[in-house]
Amino acid sequence: MPHIEFDMSILDPALLQELDEFIEVQEFPQESIIAILHKAQELFLWLPRELQLHIARKTDLPAARIHGIVSFYSFFLEEPNGKYTVSVCMGTACFVKGAQPILDEFRKQLGMGPKDKITKDGVFSLNDVRCIGACGLAPVVRVNEKIYGHFKVEQVKEVIQHYRELEEQAQ
Amino acid sequence: MIVLNTYEDLRKAYEELSPLLNKRREGHAGIPTPHKRELLVCGGTGCHSSESLELMQALQAAVDEQSIDAKVVQVGCFGFCAQGPIVQVMPDNVFYVQVKMTDIPDIIETHLKGGEPIERLLFVDPASGEVQHDHASMAFYEKQERISLRNCGLIDPESFEECLAAGGYLALAQALETTTPDQVVQVIKDSGLRGRGGGGFPTGLKWDLCRRSPGTEKYVICNADEGDPGAFMDRSILEGDPHSIVEAMIIAGYAIGANDGLIYIRAEYPLAVNRLRIAIREAEEAQLLGDNILGSGFNFHLRIVLGAGAFVCGEETALIRSCEGHRGEPTRKPPFPAQSGFRGKPTNVNNVETLVNIPIILTKGADWYSSIGTESSKGTKVFALAGTINNIGLVEVPMGTTLREIIYDIGGGIPNNKAFKAVQTGGPSGGVITEADLDTPIDYESLKKIGSMMGSGGMIVMDEDNDMVDIARFYLEFTTAESCGKCTPCRVGTTRIHEMLETLLAQEGDEMLLTKLHNLCLTVEDTALCALGQTAPNPVLSTMKYFPEEYLRYARREVKKSYWIDPEVCIGCTKCKRVCPVECITGSVKKAHVIDENACIACGACAAACPVQAIHKPK
Repeated sequence: MPHIEFDMSILDPALLQELDEFIEVQEFPQESIIAILHKAQELFLWLPRELQLHIARKTDLPAARIHGIVSFYSFFLEEPNGKYTVSVCMGTACFVKGAQPILDEFRKQLGMGPKDKITKDGVFSLNDVRCIGACGLAPVVRVNEKIYGHFKVEQVKEVIQHYRELEEQAQ
Repeated sequence: MIVLNTYEDLRKAYEELSPLLNKRREGHAGIPTPHKRELLVCGGTGCHSSESLELMQALQAAVDEQSIDAKVVQVGCFGFCAQGPIVQVMPDNVFYVQVKMTDIPDIIETHLKGGEPIERLLFVDPASGEVQHDHASMAFYEKQERISLRNCGLIDPESFEECLAAGGYLALAQALETTTPDQVVQVIKDSGLRGRGGGGFPTGLKWDLCRRSPGTEKYVICNADEGDPGAFMDRSILEGDPHSIVEAMIIAGYAIGANDGLIYIRAEYPLAVNRLRIAIREAEEAQLLGDNILGSGFNFHLRIVLGAGAFVCGEETALIRSCEGHRGEPTRKPPFPAQSGFRGKPTNVNNVETLVNIPIILTKGADWYSSIGTESSKGTKVFALAGTINNIGLVEVPMGTTLREIIYDIGGGIPNNKAFKAVQTGGPSGGVITEADLDTPIDYESLKKIGSMMGSGGMIVMDEDNDMVDIARFYLEFTTAESCGKCTPCRVGTTRIHEMLETLLAQEGDEMLLTKLHNLCLTVEDTALCALGQTAPNPVLSTMKYFPEEYLRYARREVKKSYWIDPEVCIGCTKCKRVCPVECITGSVKKAHVIDENACIACGACAAACPVQAIHKPK
């Protein structure tokens, strides 16, 4: 069996403490495992294996069970997101109004391969998401919390440009 | 802080607070309220996306600054989502659509100060071209009957006072004070209410089964895991009227004999989660949740359980597994949740839209409710109207309304003079309905008869440009990704169906493949464990039934994938040639241009650039 190294020191102790406190107040920690994972992701932004192992130890559940849950639910992330997450809604209403060409265009302009989820510089993540319920505005693109409704393929360039500029200003 | 210890406290609070809503009630315009006017701004997710929150704050600031006697109120979804943000001015009953920040000075000056409605912000009926002054007479609202959505767009969902003013918790008080649990179950049975989540199981019967199950520890769960792409009625109800769900949960607990309730809600609905949290906290503070509710001796506790993005968790046994901290995999029925559900105890699971009907049924009576609708399906149904249709939004109609009325009268028909092709109901579990069946009165049975289903209420309209094989592929891609993997027919079956559709679309299949595809669909339908798997082939089966020629053309590899230019219409302006990303358009100035079929990538840039609509989509 291959030996897997876990470097638990990558986990921020202050955040871990907050998470532990959350786990401790749960009446039934094993039953509340999904809520615990939500809390963990809220704190750490994603769920590295080390964190999953930590939660397994804290809740006295097999790590495989934790990983099974994390990989089952699409809300839980096993790799980090970019600073700006571009989500193209692939709900039916958006799909019939041309969401696919928009997704393709983002992929092209961000220089991402068909399987890539994040740009090489870590600035942008790109994903297709299930219906976000803003069907009246189809097709819809979301960048972090900002919603762009009635989106056109031609807007891809300016949207990317806008966030690139924000990123430059931040630096 | 409002504390309601007795029935009398609640009734008194209602009487005191009820005038709060006078300005918004029909025929009450003249009754005094603290403010001369009220500006109701839609605060649903749809309008929030169109910056209604910023708009509301700016309106409030402008009103304050100029000391205008008006109150800005954030209300729930009006349903007219495509026209958002919406601002309704009461008691004038003026309904403004697509209001922008730049319109604020005009609203202040012309309307609030001058008393004149602003014509350009009123909705123009796309069919008649007429400006709509009164929203009640708008075609979009005229045929609707808002029972489930009764408080959406009327009250501020974050205000407990407004909830009480609208009669919130009166049905609960009535149930606790004057009826036994058995009587409550009987009223729901008599009303004919059926599950709005898709199954259509009689709600009263479901309650009765759970009530009769032996044991003292029982649970009620609200299924707010609305995962059907294109359906957003549950979200709008939770965002616009969260207290009605809390009230209905307590009533359900009383009727069934459960002292604990859970609301399982999608984590993707942050606004709904937040409003629900506020509502639960308010109800707890008022002691409407907790021990000895209104002095009745009945105890009920309610908490929220967050989902984490799994469509299958809308299936009740999978949902219960998820509540227990497992992967959301369905279990075999029997045992039904009413016998053995959450923590192995009798559990009743109801959908949001089902629950929202409970308080009003108790208030107005079973006879009133069962007088609405058809023989087998009572009451109303909320549909999320989307796709290629003029009036996109949330509509509520009595059962028995025809699809034609919904699509053409309420929905305003198909935009851009395109022809109607089909409407998909029931989402990934349903099927398409064509022109021939548009006059079918909608109820659970009639939709099943024509090869679709009620589902949770998504209604996606498709026009002549939509490729039905591609639509089927889209739905199968969804179910393949969302299959939980527990049973083979669904895990492998949906994957193979999806592959076959991909092969067809790539024009690499043949007519034999169509037969195989059809057989596999029937097998999955018969053998999958849960409803998700059993209904997954529906979009394929129904498109194959109604659009066999489209499948045949792909099987015979006759589908053209390139755009084409009509030489009769082309004026030779060269615009298309300049925008083509793959340079496959040839032709000289003022001569008809031609597209190279083999090189065209069907991006559509040329068609968008053409000033005379000479370029057509591939057929």
